[in-house]
Amino acid sequence: MATVVAPAPPQSPARKLTKPWRDGDQITHLVTLIFAGSVFLVTVFLVYELWIHSGPSRAKFGFGFITGRVWDPVSQQFGALPFIYGTVLTSILALVISVPLGVGAAIFLSELAPPRLSNACTFLVELLAAVPSVIFGLLAIFTLVPLLRSYVEPFLKDTLGYLPLFQGPAYGVGYLAAGLILAVMTFPFIISISREALMAVPREQREAALALGATKWESTWQVVVPFARLGILGSIFLALARALGETMAVTMVIGNDTGIHTSLLSPGYTIAAIIANEFTEATGDVYLSSLVELGLVLFALTMVLNAAAQLLIIVTTGKGSKQN
Amino acid sequence: MKKQTLWIVLLTAVAACSAMAAETINAAGATFPAPIYQKWFEEFHKLHSDIQINYQAIGSGGGIRQLTEGTVDFGASDMPMTNEQMSKITKFKVLHFPTVLGGVVPTYNVSGVGSLKFSGATLAGIYLGEIKKWNDGALKKDNPGVNLPNQDITVVHRSDGSGTSFVWTDYLSKVSPQWKSKVGSNTSVNWPVGLGGKGNEGVAGLVKQTPYSIGYVELIYAVQNKMEYGSVKNMAGDFVKADFTSVTDAAAGAAKNMPADFRVSITDAPGKNAYPISTFTWLLIPEKIDNAAKEKAITEFLKWMMTAGQGYAQGMSYAPLPKPVVAKEMKQISLIK
Amino acid sequence: MDLTARRNIVNNIMLTVTGICTVVTVSILFLILGYLVVNGWRSIDLNFFTKLPLSPGETGGGVANAIVGSGIVILIASLIGIPVGFLGGVYLAEFGGKTVPMLIRYTADLLNGVPSIVIGIFAWTIIVVPMHRFSAWAGGFALSLMMIPIGLRATEQFLRGVPNALREGALALGASKTRTVMTVIVPAAKQGILTGMILGVARIAGETAPLLFTSLNNQFWSTKLDEPTASLPVIIYTHAISPYDDWHRQAWAAGLVLLVLVLIANIASRWVLSRGVSAQRG
Repeated sequence: MATVVAPAPPQSPARKLTKPWRDGDQITHLVTLIFAGSVFLVTVFLVYELWIHSGPSRAKFGFGFITGRVWDPVSQQFGALPFIYGTVLTSILALVISVPLGVGAAIFLSELAPPRLSNACTFLVELLAAVPSVIFGLLAIFTLVPLLRSYVEPFLKDTLGYLPLFQGPAYGVGYLAAGLILAVMTFPFIISISREALMAVPREQREAALALGATKWESTWQVVVPFARLGILGSIFLALARALGETMAVTMVIGNDTGIHTSLLSPGYTIAAIIANEFTEATGDVYLSSLVELGLVLFALTMVLNAAAQLLIIVTTGKGSKQN
Repeated sequence: MKKQTLWIVLLTAVAACSAMAAETINAAGATFPAPIYQKWFEEFHKLHSDIQINYQAIGSGGGIRQLTEGTVDFGASDMPMTNEQMSKITKFKVLHFPTVLGGVVPTYNVSGVGSLKFSGATLAGIYLGEIKKWNDGALKKDNPGVNLPNQDITVVHRSDGSGTSFVWTDYLSKVSPQWKSKVGSNTSVNWPVGLGGKGNEGVAGLVKQTPYSIGYVELIYAVQNKMEYGSVKNMAGDFVKADFTSVTDAAAGAAKNMPADFRVSITDAPGKNAYPISTFTWLLIPEKIDNAAKEKAITEFLKWMMTAGQGYAQGMSYAPLPKPVVAKEMKQISLIK
Repeated sequence: MDLTARRNIVNNIMLTVTGICTVVTVSILFLILGYLVVNGWRSIDLNFFTKLPLSPGETGGGVANAIVGSGIVILIASLIGIPVGFLGGVYLAEFGGKTVPMLIRYTADLLNGVPSIVIGIFAWTIIVVPMHRFSAWAGGFALSLMMIPIGLRATEQFLRGVPNALREGALALGASKTRTVMTVIVPAAKQGILTGMILGVARIAGETAPLLFTSLNNQFWSTKLDEPTASLPVIIYTHAISPYDDWHRQAWAAGLVLLVLVLIANIASRWVLSRGVSAQRG
């Protein structure tokens, strides 16, 4: 039955003009747009400020800044390579440890554990993500570092000391300590997201494999995990992005040395750590702008990684049950 | 009724806040004198409860930089500002006020060897990374008869911009031409080897926790933490340990010939009993302070610091300023407007 | 050994291995909590909560000004971050078109990924330098930048989760869009939005890097908002790297307090969320 709409009463011109504003919708639209837009503006402004304040060092060093190996405030020579190296090295070390452990735990939690245990453990692991970085640093200084110095590093030197990776004095602090604490900090991301990805794999896939005679492990490793690989990869990217930008825990255990060293036992530096240590006291324009430029480099690195991770996660959840 | 009580509570809170509102003066700089500065500001606050001087020990480099940026009311540094640094501050001229004398000591974490002797060349060699083990020939030569362990030396230096670093590298530059050409002296240098600690406390912390390590800290940090520290060979050829007398002796020459702007280095000072790694440490005060209340508070503090404040120095392992220096400084206070 | 037996053995081994992985990772949380509790509990006394820090070497000081200081910067951050996150999320979910929200979402994610130390640099350049002072304002601003993306995303997500039927019903009854959103949609999504805000606060409560060169630190009570202020995370940092045993004790205690607060906030946010979900189902 056709609905009958009563004709609207004739409106005066003034009333017509003010109608949108009286409704309040336009105002709300504007107000919320302003707030939302401020997020956009602030972020753009942030990049702008980083760009401007790194001007002197960009002018002086150009692209050579990224490949420069020397960080010498006395001669005003600044290069980012030792810090990029330290950042990447500690992050990769962290992933080498946390990915096998994390994916292993995710597999257990999604495939083997009874649901209540799985949920309880995931809850606990996700709480780990909430622990502030400085507390990890506090723990690392007083527990991890002495452990490394007195037991782990001498052991590594004795057994694997012929590799350049494990040479040099056992300080306790250094790349290894930073990598380990970063590994702990990235567990929650890998476990939580990988578990979600694994649980999203349709039952039919598992059942099909088992019906064909595969053991539970074979079904998991050869069917389920590959199916969820994009999500797992996304979690790794996110974990990597977190590790790259991590400041406090790393600053407290990296040893603060501005050189490039091959040994994992040696002290080093990351971008975030040197900014934290030297920012308030960098005297001179080039020095300060070099630190800001380091911040810009780090920002660019994490930006690229976050984009890659987002893409992967979107693709995974979008793909759903499409294979390959 | 509820509304009324709320207002009363609110008003009392506001009143309490304004009663609490003391004049806060912000300062930042060297960690070298931080223990005595913090003591001073605490004691001064007890005498003048309306003045709060908040001192943050972020390193001499930080003090100079924040003073230049204008984010603090005054700074503190163990390295006198260079002409170039002072020219960067256009709003006012910077006056250097020496506060105390102190010594930078080589502290180490090696058990069973007692107090070691270090010659300047040995220290330079260790920090250049050329002397790698505790039982190296150079160390054996400085310490005949001492059973030095066959262990790697873990070198610790400052990771932040430090006046203490300046004093240390200034001394090393004077006793080692190789150090001077390869590294030089500044608040922040390109260290050939070693771990970096943040602040004097960071270095002390690292040395305390790392066996067979060596670091350089202001005397009080070694004393307060009951850490072993060595004696250093001075220009006269004697191995001297830093203490009240040896540090005061190092300043003897400067006391007589103090330049008008008080910027002077007393490392490797002549004199039989002079401690070779001694230094003045300075407060960096603007000549022109806009806020009248702050100006009054700062000048009050400076006067107190140079009289009653000096009494705290010896008990905290620093040495008080020589009397001629104090007299000259009192005159400089009148320059602050 | 025939193939089946071998495959079964591999099966058992690998499944055990994954179990071990889980035990390792979960037990780390317990280790952390346990260590903090053991070391921090001993150091917590009344002085800790009520006294100001003393010069190193003197015992009996506390971190009262840091606790209050943390509260102040978090409050400032929330006053900025919560409205922006909430209203921005409302825009993205209810009022936006296609391109503008996409742009805003992208930059919000970008902001979320900015390392906290870089946020500190930004806050320093636009607040500390022009103001010529370190201040609680600068610290609060820096923290708000880290809070906004979380609140924004949560608000948008949960607003979108409200069924369209509710929107259409309200609009059919003649309510304006504003009224629909504010009186119908938002209340329906309020648990989720609240969760997002709590998580945002929990995230910034423990952040140290952005405060290092914004609110700096303060030995005394900070009396005004444009003065430097002490804060729990910064105190933990400076005390942990110091050589003084007394400061170490305080670092443990402060760490315990901070961790407990953050964990309570996280657990509370989950509880709020679960209540909202079951309320919608029921």
